[in-house]
This record gives sequence, C-alpha cells and structure tokens, in this order.
Amino acid sequence: MTATDARDLVAILLMLAGAAFILVAALGLLRMPDLPMRLHATSKAGTLGAGLILAGVAVFHWELGVTTRGLVTVLFLILTGPVAAHLIARSGYFALRVKLWEGTGVNELAQNHARQAKGREAGPGDGSPRVT
Amino acid sequence: MESFFDISVLIVIAVLLLSLLLAFVRVVTGPTLPDRVAALELVNVIVVAFIAMYTVWSGQVAFIDASVSLALIAFVSTLAFARFVMRGSES
Repeated sequence: MTATDARDLVAILLMLAGAAFILVAALGLLRMPDLPMRLHATSKAGTLGAGLILAGVAVFHWELGVTTRGLVTVLFLILTGPVAAHLIARSGYFALRVKLWEGTGVNELAQNHARQAKGREAGPGDGSPRVT
Repeated sequence: MESFFDISVLIVIAVLLLSLLLAFVRVVTGPTLPDRVAALELVNVIVVAFIAMYTVWSGQVAFIDASVSLALIAFVSTLAFARFVMRGSES
C-alpha cells in the first residue's frame, strides 16, 4: 500500500462518516416534534458531518491551497453553526412564540427570562414541574 | 474501471442528495417560519458538503472556493433573518 492509497482510504472513511452524520441530521430535522429539538439535531450533527466531509476532501487533494481552504471552511462552520442555531431558536422563542412540544418537562428560559417572554401564554413546560 | 474509491464517493453523494430531499420536505411542511429557516440552514450545510464532494468527483479543485463563499453567505443570511424577526416583533 503506497502513501496515496493510505491517504485515499483515510479520506473516504472521513467522507463516509460525514455523510452518515448529515443523514442523521436530516432525519432528525424531519422527525423531531418542535423547533428546539430540530435545531438540536441539525446544528450539531449537520456541522460535524459537513466538517468531516470537508476534512476528507482536504485529505484527498493534499495540496497547500486546497487543503487550507477546506480546513478554513471547517473552522468557519464550527464557529458560525452554534451562533446561527442560537439566533434561530431565540427569535423563534421570543419573537414568534413557537409552541414547545407538549411533553417538555423543564423550561429554564421561562423563569430566567420572564420579562422578555412576557405575553407568552402559559403552556406545557413553562416552569412548573411536569406532573406524571 | 470502478474502484472501491469511486463507488464510495458515489455512495457519499447519494446520501447527501437523500439528506437534501429530507431537508426540503421540512422546508415545505415546516409549520412555522423558524422551522423553515432551520431547514434552509441545513440545506446550505449540505450544499457546502456537496460542492466539496464535487471537487473530488470532477477533479476540478477550483470549486472549493464556491464552498467557502457559500458557507460565508449562509451565516450572513441567518443573521439577517434573526434581525428581521426580532425587529418586526417590537414594532
């Protein structure tokens, strides 16, 4: 096995793992019941999957320019993914008052941010511990 | 000549396309606006990964620039959406 073959093997393993994570993210986006859970599925698994695929592409090409751009894209995705998910969840919760799933047990935002959440109707998961 | 590597690259591309389809189902049926924006965010991430896979498939490494710039634009668009929604709720 030459060095190129070993590098191709590492690259394709990274790409397959990344594709599996992205598929899990898409399934979670489709199957989860409310907005925070969907963001939980897409932001973490999607960022990890795309980062693994880009790392595999960087390993596959193995030139200075292309590899640097791939790794910079991975870094940028890791930096911006949580911020974007936080912005979407925050605007959905405070501005658009998205309904939470009826089985939600603990909602610390409802207690700690009562001023900003004023006007939000009392619903499942609004502070009181879950009965049954 | 279809080697193990070529078949694996095709499998990765097929899985990415399937994920794109699932994300588009959520874009169409998402009950609220942030659901659709979250789905579009995932679509952007999948397209970034897909462009990167296309550089492997075609051998044209120049496409990785498109991947970088799409990742930049996706974050700015999400930022603009959040500002738009928060601004609209105060007035």
